[in-house]
Amino acid sequence: MAVAEADLAVDRPRLRVNWTPYALILPTLLFLGVFFVYPMAQAVWLSATDPQTGALTWANFRRMSADLYFPQAVRYTLLIIALAVPLQVMLGLAIALLVNTRFRGHAFFLYLTAVPIGISDLAAGLIWLSIFTERGYLNAVLERLDVVQLPLIFLTVERTDWLLGAIVLTEVWRATAIVMIILLAGLQLIAKDYAETASVFGATRWQTLRHVILPLLRPSLQTALIIRTILAFQLFATVVTLAGRQIPVLAGEAYFWYSLYRSPNVASAYAVVILLFSGSITWLYLRFLRADEGRA
Amino acid sequence: MTLRRLGIYSASLLISAWVALPLLLITIAAFSPRDTLYAWPRRFWPEHFTLETLRFFLRFAGVWQSTLNSVLVAMLTIGLAFVIAAPAGYALARFRFRGRDSMQLAILATKMFPATVLSIPLAVAYIRWRLYDTLWGVAIVHTALSIPFVIVIVTSVFVGISYELEEAAMTLGSSRVNAFLRVTLPMAAPGLAAAAIFTFVLSWNEVFAATILTLNNRTLPALIVNSILGAGAPLHFRFAGGFFMIVPALIIIFLIRRYLLTLWGVTVR
Repeated sequence: MAVAEADLAVDRPRLRVNWTPYALILPTLLFLGVFFVYPMAQAVWLSATDPQTGALTWANFRRMSADLYFPQAVRYTLLIIALAVPLQVMLGLAIALLVNTRFRGHAFFLYLTAVPIGISDLAAGLIWLSIFTERGYLNAVLERLDVVQLPLIFLTVERTDWLLGAIVLTEVWRATAIVMIILLAGLQLIAKDYAETASVFGATRWQTLRHVILPLLRPSLQTALIIRTILAFQLFATVVTLAGRQIPVLAGEAYFWYSLYRSPNVASAYAVVILLFSGSITWLYLRFLRADEGRA
Repeated sequence: MTLRRLGIYSASLLISAWVALPLLLITIAAFSPRDTLYAWPRRFWPEHFTLETLRFFLRFAGVWQSTLNSVLVAMLTIGLAFVIAAPAGYALARFRFRGRDSMQLAILATKMFPATVLSIPLAVAYIRWRLYDTLWGVAIVHTALSIPFVIVIVTSVFVGISYELEEAAMTLGSSRVNAFLRVTLPMAAPGLAAAAIFTFVLSWNEVFAATILTLNNRTLPALIVNSILGAGAPLHFRFAGGFFMIVPALIIIFLIRRYLLTLWGVTVR
C-alpha cells in the first residue's frame, strides 16, 4: 500500500494538527474495540471464572484438558497444519511463478486457480465428500479401473490416516489460492532488473529463483505462512463435513462444548487456547524468519 | 526454450485440472438423479441429468428462509462495513497523520486474527444485548471480519484517484464534500463495488460464527452444518447444498478478479 507522497493532503500549516483523518478512522477503532477487543477480554474472563459464582477458577481449563477429545484435538489440529500449510505454500508458489511467466492464457489460469478463494470451508468439504464418500467418485474410478470390486470405505474412524489425508487434500485444494495471491502480489513487486542482472552474470533460471527471487519474496512468504497457519486453527467445517467428530479439532471442540454441552466457559477456554497457539506461532515465524535474515 | 514452454503449459494444465475437476464433479453430482448417487457400481456420468436433487435440497425445511437470511446478513454486513470502514480507507489514502502506520499494522493484525472463535464469548454478551439469534448479530461479526478487507480496497481505490482532481473542483468553487461526491466518488465506484462484492462472499461463506450465534434464524451455512451434525442429512442433500453454495462464489470471483491482488497482497516487514 505505497502512497505517492505528492498525492497526500499534508503539510498544510505545520503546527496545527489536522483532526479530519482521526475523525475518519474513529468509527473503525470504536467498532473493533467493541467487537474485537471486548470479546477477546471476555473470552479470557469466561474461561477463568465459574459460571455460577463468577469466582476465579481453573476448573474450566481442567474440564477441558480432562476431556478425552482435548489431547486429540490439539494433536490433530497441529498435524493438519503441519501437513497442509507446507503443501499450500509450495503449490501456491508454483502457481504464482507460473502466472508470473505471463504465458498465453495466464489470465484465465490465474482466475481459475483463484476460484477457491470464494469457496467456503463448508462447500469445499461437501465437494470432496462427493469424491471420498463410499459411493463417491474415487471408488467409481477405482471400480472402473478394476482395482476394487466393492467400494472401499475411506472416511471411517478405523482409518484415521485416510480421514486425515482427505482433510489435508481438501484444505490444500481450498486454501492454496490465498497463498498464491499473496505470493503473486509479492512477486510483482520485485523489479525485473534483478532477474535480468542475474542472468547477465550467467545464473541459471534455477539459481536466479533460489538466490535472487526467493530471498526477495521472504516478506510475502512470511505473511502467507502466518495467515494460513492462523486461519488453519479455525479449521471447522471441512473437518465436520468429512469426519464429523472422528477427527476432533480445536475449533470443532469449542463448537461442541458450546452447542452440545452448553458450557460457554469451557468453549471459551478452547477459544483462549486457539488464541494462544496462533499468537505464539506468529511470534515463532517472525522470530525465525527474522533471525535467518540476519545470518544471510 | 520450447522445452521450457512445454513444462509451463503442462504444469498449468495439471494444476488447472486439480482445481477444476472437483468443481465439475460436484456439479455433476448436484444434477444426478438420486439412485445414481447411491448405486453400485457407481456411474461417473448419470444416464440423464435432472433437477430433482437440487429441488429436494430447496424444498428441505428452512432452506429458502436461511438463504434469504444469508442474503440479508450479507447486505447488512456490506452496509455496516462501508459506513464504518470506508471513511478509514479514505483517510489512509488521503492524509498523512501520526499513527497512520500503526493503523495499517492494526488492519493487518485483524486480517490475521482467528476472529471467528470470538463468537463464543460474543454469544454470551449477545444474550445480554438481545442480539443473540438475530441477523444483526451475525452481520456485526461478519462486519468485524470484513473491515480490514474493505479498508484495504478502499485505500487502494482512492490512492489510484488523483487528489488534484478534487482540488481542481474546489478551486472552481465546489465544497469539499461536493467535490468528493461529484468528482471522486464516480471514479471510485467500480473499486467500491468490488469491495462490496467481496464482503458479500465473505459473509455468504462464513460458517462458524453463524452456527454459534443463531438458533432459529439460521443462515444457509449454519443450516447445512446443523442438518449434517444434528439431523444427519442425506448425501444428495449435501451435494446439492455444496453446489448451491459455490455458484455465487464462481460468479463473484470473476467479477472482482482485478482486485484479488489488492485484497491479500499486503506483507509484514
